[in-house]
Amino acid sequence: MLRLEKTKENQSDILSLFGEVDASNSVILDEAIQELVASGTKSLVIDGKNLEYISSAGLGVFMSYLEDFQDQEISMKICELTPRVFEVFRILGLDQLIPIYPDRAAAFAE
Amino acid sequence: MKYRLNISCQTSALSELRAFLQQSLGGATLDEIEKHQVTLAVEEVCANLIIHSHRCNPQDVIHLEIIDSDEKLIFEITDQGEAFNILDYEVPDLKKVMVEKRKGGLGIILVKKIMDEIEFESKNGVNTCRLIKWFRS
Repeated sequence: MLRLEKTKENQSDILSLFGEVDASNSVILDEAIQELVASGTKSLVIDGKNLEYISSAGLGVFMSYLEDFQDQEISMKICELTPRVFEVFRILGLDQLIPIYPDRAAAFAE
Repeated sequence: MKYRLNISCQTSALSELRAFLQQSLGGATLDEIEKHQVTLAVEEVCANLIIHSHRCNPQDVIHLEIIDSDEKLIFEITDQGEAFNILDYEVPDLKKVMVEKRKGGLGIILVKKIMDEIEFESKNGVNTCRLIKWFRS
């Protein structure tokens, strides 16, 4: 099960993820990011505090935006991943491509 | 100890697979992060088969058997779909995946990085992918 919540804080769009992202529901994550881009976001913070699990289907969604975001000068940061979820980003090397912060305050600070 | 599960070829079955793995790995000599990773690797192989080899046909079934010994865990995944030999699949470069905006390929990288050994055989229309994780002494 995956639930998403969109809020605004500190001039950023916050997309909070609750539950699990896999091949059955990664399209929901993709659509939510597409909507934020369409609404003109320039700063997107993904809050992973309540993200329990993410498979390559979900990681691929983040990957697919990286180049476009660079071109469009949209900043995407991820914060507060649990250690086990962070480890998946690290194994893949995604922590080198997407800035990951321990909490929202740290994400806003940079 | 052996555990068995039949998985219907639809992506909605993946959460059931994770619950089964979590339960079966309860007594294994792995820490929580390793159990999470092993679960992910098995799911990646199954998701690949469900989507690419079986085109999400819920009538098709994948069989998973977990063999838990003192020194290692063996995950044997068998199916009768189009053979997909993970060993033949070249691990894509992460930057290439990014530039090409491919959403696939990442799962293979994860499986190869997480598991210690991967075996594949296809005989009489039955494909077997064996994922092995050794316990660290």
